[in-house]
Amino acid sequence: MKPRNLLIGSPMERVEDFRFLRGDGRFVADVNLEGQLHAVIARSAVAHGRIRAIHTGDARAMAGVRAVITARDLGRPVPVIPLRLQPLAELAPFRQPMLAHGKVRFVGEPLAVIVADSPQIAEDALDRIGADIEPLPAIVDREHAEAGETVLFEDHGSNVAIRWTAVRGDAGRAFANAQYVRKETFRIQRHAALFLEPRGFVAQWDGRARKLTLWGAAKVAFANRKILAAAMGLAEQQIEMIEVDVGGGFGSRGEFYPEDFLIPFAARLLNRPVKWIEDRREHLMTANHARETECEIEIAATGDGRILGLRGRSWSDNGAYIRTNGSVAPRNVAQFMSGPYHIENIALSTTQLITNKTPAGTYRGPGRFEADFVRERLIDLMAKDLGLDRVEIRRRNLVRENQMPYPLATITPYESATELDGGDYRQLLDRCLEDFGWAEKVKLDGRLIDGRYHGIAIGCFIEGGGAGPSEDARIVLESDGTYSVYVGSAAVGQGIETIMAQIAGDALEAPFDRIRVRHGSTGDVAQGHGSYHSRATVMGGSAIVLAAEKLRDKLREVAARALGCEPGEVTLDSGTAKGPAGKSLALSELSEAPVEAEATYRGDKHTYAYGSLAAHVAVDVKTGHVEVIDVASIKDVGRIINPATLHGQAVGAIVQGLGGALLEHLVYDGDGQLLTGTLADYMVPSAGCFPVIRSTVVELIPSPNNPLGAKGGGEGEIIPVGGVIANAVAAALADFGVEPMELPLSPPRIWALIG
Amino acid sequence: MRIKLKVNGKTVEAEVAPRISLADFLRDTLRLTGTHLGCEHGVCGACTVIVDGAAVRACLMLAVQAHGEQIVTVEGLSNDDALSPLQACFRKHHALQCGFCTPGMITTAHALLTEEPDADADRVREVLSGNICRCTGYIPIIEAVLEARAHYADQDAPP
Repeated sequence: MKPRNLLIGSPMERVEDFRFLRGDGRFVADVNLEGQLHAVIARSAVAHGRIRAIHTGDARAMAGVRAVITARDLGRPVPVIPLRLQPLAELAPFRQPMLAHGKVRFVGEPLAVIVADSPQIAEDALDRIGADIEPLPAIVDREHAEAGETVLFEDHGSNVAIRWTAVRGDAGRAFANAQYVRKETFRIQRHAALFLEPRGFVAQWDGRARKLTLWGAAKVAFANRKILAAAMGLAEQQIEMIEVDVGGGFGSRGEFYPEDFLIPFAARLLNRPVKWIEDRREHLMTANHARETECEIEIAATGDGRILGLRGRSWSDNGAYIRTNGSVAPRNVAQFMSGPYHIENIALSTTQLITNKTPAGTYRGPGRFEADFVRERLIDLMAKDLGLDRVEIRRRNLVRENQMPYPLATITPYESATELDGGDYRQLLDRCLEDFGWAEKVKLDGRLIDGRYHGIAIGCFIEGGGAGPSEDARIVLESDGTYSVYVGSAAVGQGIETIMAQIAGDALEAPFDRIRVRHGSTGDVAQGHGSYHSRATVMGGSAIVLAAEKLRDKLREVAARALGCEPGEVTLDSGTAKGPAGKSLALSELSEAPVEAEATYRGDKHTYAYGSLAAHVAVDVKTGHVEVIDVASIKDVGRIINPATLHGQAVGAIVQGLGGALLEHLVYDGDGQLLTGTLADYMVPSAGCFPVIRSTVVELIPSPNNPLGAKGGGEGEIIPVGGVIANAVAAALADFGVEPMELPLSPPRIWALIG
Repeated sequence: MRIKLKVNGKTVEAEVAPRISLADFLRDTLRLTGTHLGCEHGVCGACTVIVDGAAVRACLMLAVQAHGEQIVTVEGLSNDDALSPLQACFRKHHALQCGFCTPGMITTAHALLTEEPDADADRVREVLSGNICRCTGYIPIIEAVLEARAHYADQDAPP
């Protein structure tokens, strides 16, 4: 592919916007089928208990109630949600059943499905379900989880699910000989992706054709179809998953939840379309939580600040069950603790603990946000201890270009080797300092101005992207001369219809307005792996490049026959095939039938976008409020498809990260009750919170790992935010000796730190 | 109960149960699905509609309370085939990603600029702080609304 073309690299306005701005988007709640019934889910109000009985008679007797489904109705064994990623046998005991039976293990766990003629009747019936549950002590912290006096899974006998280890070099020797060693304990609070559109499904069973259609697919429709087919005893080909507009994902939406099975199950049972839309309380109680981790980590260095090693243990509070991607963050905490730095000796582990809370899963920058908080805090502490400049110490330790590709620590038991794919990490650190105005701002550090203490900090990060194994694309030249581009990547709000059309337009040398992109649904391509791990542009985009090459070869063959020449003599030019001796014809006239080509792009080498982020805060010690005065970031993604949408990803990620650093917290009491079940209690950033975010994305060094040279870029800037903000607060409150070791830095926490 | 109201300039008469919210009435009865439900407890702002000129949470108002009122939804702020100046500013500034909060942002901003076409950045931030966007970080939304002010200053109440 040509290094630069017309569409790639252009900040094109999005094709999606027209419908969204006019209220014409079609989200799953907007899908309505003739004769549809409505489902609600009865959920456990008890965090841990033995189910004595679930009384459904009163609900069933209500007019308009069509069914009340409990685990008993699902057959034996009750189907469970399998692990999509890291599907290890030792994690199998912790899989979540589609409906609770025997025990309940978190508040919000589904007990029954009520299906009725209207959502109002179904909700009224909810009050008539009687759940007789014998309460057991709730496990809500590491201490009690590890002690194991009460266990969630008696057959397993312990609340420890698994321990991940990341190893490189010889940490024992490095620490024994190091001039400098420091060990600290850090805590990252439970918070969540909180996409704005509630989850939902509309399921339709066609009894005659024995075919199931499910609207509401997102992220990984093909993987979920496979899970659903197995749970329902159907072949994958009997199920069509349809992705309509999706109101945000951030890792959490689109993973397989119990409702992904329960709603289709109800539709088949009743032979009627069934619709279910989650409410916000359900969302906060049941969609994947994330991030809750405690880390006891030690750093070793030379006296002049060269980092020699990292070692220690982390504990991730996984909640009650291990869901589809529950191990991603814990393993990442271990493997990505070294981040963009050259650290030869690593011995880290993460223990995944089972507790009576909502199960955890991935949220943008999974494990990396947590690890960066720990590492960047340790680096600033070390700089202070050694009397070294905190910028210089980072510059000295960043992985250098001549060390690329740079292998990261090896993770076990589910081994997957990965290496940093390239980049000039130090250049971006320097550019970030310049963009931020570090040399001037550093004079404010620790100063009291108008009643507030000012502080600045900077951190460096890497972002994993481009997860394999493959992606499919299919391109059809329609008889009207337009191209339909089908891709296995999914839209989660990131604008892939625009981005993929830019890639396809350049690959086909066709104008933007002749390209229509369809994505995410299982009928479009043979196989699709969806959108996670910043993979859509890298993998889906590369598949489009391959499919376009194949299509152009085909078109040359067809044109050669029509023009009476050899395919090699045909050149394709925006809409026209040209042969020798000035003969040409329009591509739309080539063939009566549409011409199409399908291609699979395979690649399992990850991309690593990288960069730096700096922040300036002012802390009011009276109110405890941390104001973020300025943030500047820079990141290299190798190749930019659409600078405007990419900039949007960067700014959005930073603000989400600020939410995690300062505001967002899913709080449980000692009985395992979630205390933050509304958006009035769970604080997310609003328009007034963070008015100045300056973000730059560059294309400095292309990734060698895909034909576009692109690196996944949807997550990166969230990753450093917790560490940088905590370091800036430490810098601001240096006079008080404040060293934050726990997030979020909410007003009460600031007060406690000042003492 | 029987209600009669104007929605996007058209008179609507309907029989509704007292418990039905204005949002559910707009979405389920009139099929105006541009009004989105993000929390149903009045915090996220995705369901904002304009009731007699004021931005109102349609999830916190009962349909029967809308009897006799004039309601404008995001659909009522859209021209047939082109974006309104406010919508065009949103697109130009990439002030949306997933698009779910967008109708509430458009209705809220429209109500604000109709009343206060000279609202400054702080005022825009203050008013829009009642609408949650999880994708954009708000900065492009504020930029879009600020740029759209010129179109409201020029005329009385553009669509």
